[in-house]
Amino acid sequence: MVKNIAHAAAAMALTGMLAMPAMAQDKFIVVASTTSTQDSGLFGHILPIFKAKTGIDVRVVAQGTGQALATAKKGDADVVFVHDKVAEAKFVEEGFGLDRREVMYNDFVIVGPKADPAKTAGKDAIAALKKIEAGKQPFASRGDKSGTHAAELRYWKAADIDPQTGKGGWYRETGSGMGPTLNTASAMSAYAFTDRGTWLSFKNRGELVILVEGDTKLFNQYGVMLVNPAKHPHVKKEMGQQFIDWLTSAEGQAAIAAYKIEGQQLFFPNYVALRKAA
Amino acid sequence: MQEIPQSFSLALSLIASLDANLLAIAGLSLRVSGVAVLLAALLALPLGAWLALARFPGRQGVIAVLNGMMGLPPVVVGLLVYLLLSRAGPLGSLGMLFTPSAMVVAQALLIFPIIAALVRQVIEDAWGEYREQLLSLNASRGQAMMALLFDMRFTLITAVLAGFGRAIAEVGAVMIVGGNIDGVTRVMTTAIALETSKGDLPLALALGVVLIAMVVVINLAAQGIKTLAMRKHG
Amino acid sequence: MASAASTSAGADIASCILPLRVEALGFRAGDVIALDGVSLNVMPGTRNIVLGANGAGKSVLLRLLHGLLAPTSGRLQWHGGDDADVRRAQAMVFQRPVMMRRSVRENIEFALRLVHAADIDKKAAEALELVGLARLADRPARLCSGGEQQRVALARAWALKPEVLFLDEPTASLDPAATRAIEETVNAMHAAGTTIVMTTHDLGQAKRLADRVLFLHHGRLVEDAPAKDFFLQPTSPEAAAFIRGELLW
Repeated sequence: MVKNIAHAAAAMALTGMLAMPAMAQDKFIVVASTTSTQDSGLFGHILPIFKAKTGIDVRVVAQGTGQALATAKKGDADVVFVHDKVAEAKFVEEGFGLDRREVMYNDFVIVGPKADPAKTAGKDAIAALKKIEAGKQPFASRGDKSGTHAAELRYWKAADIDPQTGKGGWYRETGSGMGPTLNTASAMSAYAFTDRGTWLSFKNRGELVILVEGDTKLFNQYGVMLVNPAKHPHVKKEMGQQFIDWLTSAEGQAAIAAYKIEGQQLFFPNYVALRKAA
Repeated sequence: MQEIPQSFSLALSLIASLDANLLAIAGLSLRVSGVAVLLAALLALPLGAWLALARFPGRQGVIAVLNGMMGLPPVVVGLLVYLLLSRAGPLGSLGMLFTPSAMVVAQALLIFPIIAALVRQVIEDAWGEYREQLLSLNASRGQAMMALLFDMRFTLITAVLAGFGRAIAEVGAVMIVGGNIDGVTRVMTTAIALETSKGDLPLALALGVVLIAMVVVINLAAQGIKTLAMRKHG
Repeated sequence: MASAASTSAGADIASCILPLRVEALGFRAGDVIALDGVSLNVMPGTRNIVLGANGAGKSVLLRLLHGLLAPTSGRLQWHGGDDADVRRAQAMVFQRPVMMRRSVRENIEFALRLVHAADIDKKAAEALELVGLARLADRPARLCSGGEQQRVALARAWALKPEVLFLDEPTASLDPAATRAIEETVNAMHAAGTTIVMTTHDLGQAKRLADRVLFLHHGRLVEDAPAKDFFLQPTSPEAAAFIRGELLW
């Protein structure tokens, strides 16, 4: 008898649990995005505004850009919101994404120990990287195929340096997200390449400060795309499109611009600006 | 090193203030791991008992594999479940990825071998003691299994708790299949990982303290029930 | 069926599967010969005491007869019934009683339920009455004393109304009072028609209970005689020595 009751209770708990996500929120989309947008707190700021307007719950899975695109490719997200122009273009070209729009940008900075042993401080990112390599100063890299990692590699290339030669020595790939990489850099007083948003919301800075910023080459463009419903028919295209439209609307762009940490604006909406330019 | 004392006081104030966000996350952790342990135990109890009593060629090999799988890396389990549940995978049509249900499945898979292996050990030891008596009473294999499971119930609580502890403390699997979505699939461990990556180490550690406290309280409660019951039933 | 025939401790138990004929029974585990060439008959209504020193093969013989071990040589022939009848018509009480983690009453009901008996409540109550433990019915069996547990084991066996009851040194670890209670119960069961096969190394117990003595030495049955003959004029030197050595045991 007691056992029967226990079994019944267990069965009920189980059904209740499994049914829960479906019942709790039917009106939602999954957005594969990057750690920089999530960790910086941007989504925490803009998503409630979008939800209040449309009733749509946006579920953000924050990954590196490479992983986010892979998630979307498998059809496990409705919308991708990332920052790696080259990879995004390829994604659209292969037919996985539709209607790519440039939404906003932030900028990258190079952080490093306050003492700055490589004397990198200034505006010129390429020169800074060259000095780090020349001085064999420790440098912590994401090494995770994320948008930031891809950007970092482009700058090394522009500086005509193959950082792989320093692997195991001064060049250290953490193979993890921006935050963990900054934790590593902080722990060993290494230089690191990071987006400003993550840096501003990052608390465990230790000896690290911003050393290189303001180089126009360091702008970091974010793009948003709908996952192609032709490839994955279950994609919630209406709601996904609604989200993309809102991000690029005057209201969405204003919401992005309004997000600040310590009085600093983190993301600069540029969808409209681009339209005008085009 | 002031982070550690800072974390403890932060943990205390989080608990004391019944922070709504924390309650939601802790609640989800308990629900996901609770259902996972229930599912895993429902399968592992009969299977472990069966393996304890059955004799067949290759049994030692099966036991070795089962014992080995007690140490399954959560990331690998997570990846496996991810590939199964992904829209591109065989079970994609269920649309379960990035939901608590997916986390339940991953954790259940992760802890099933732990519970089954411990159950097998407990029941096999008990079988040594009860075997002749049960056979003398003409118990069938199935009846013997049920009788042993029932008689060892207090010891088996420990096996189930071991599974629960593993489930609620793991981050690798739930991170991958849950996606750490705020308000939907964020549990204690993924929240800790997130705060760590934000560099908010005191908050991360405070959440860790809360998690450990939860696990300890649950174990204390189970231990208390077990002690009382054993005193009552011998 | 034996179990259906009687409803009270005093009622007779019908003979279905006895006599048991055993021919050249042997059991060997690896290089160790535990039992060798044992032939005997168990007749209905008798109290058979298997005597012998530790390691003589008493327990192995009992387990072979009860079917817990399969003989490596020789054979064992029950008179009647199919395999299921034969198994159900027997019960065994072990040296160390195995109590389930439940109440005394539930321990007995558990055994009855395994054979799908009817009137389980009544049969359990009667069995407890017989061993004088009705007042302990609701106590957790594992919290009973050793003597009480052995009586519960006897009640559990008795509830099944076995035609043959095997007892393996049931009083070996009990004090005299508990031993006496067990012996009285065994006699009550015998009086109700159950055939008793019991091992002991206690000569006094053998004298008190035996109709017939089977004396084992080093795995061989060296003497098989009515009790009074065995104790007065043992025919084998081993048995004679065993009886003389009584005080030392």
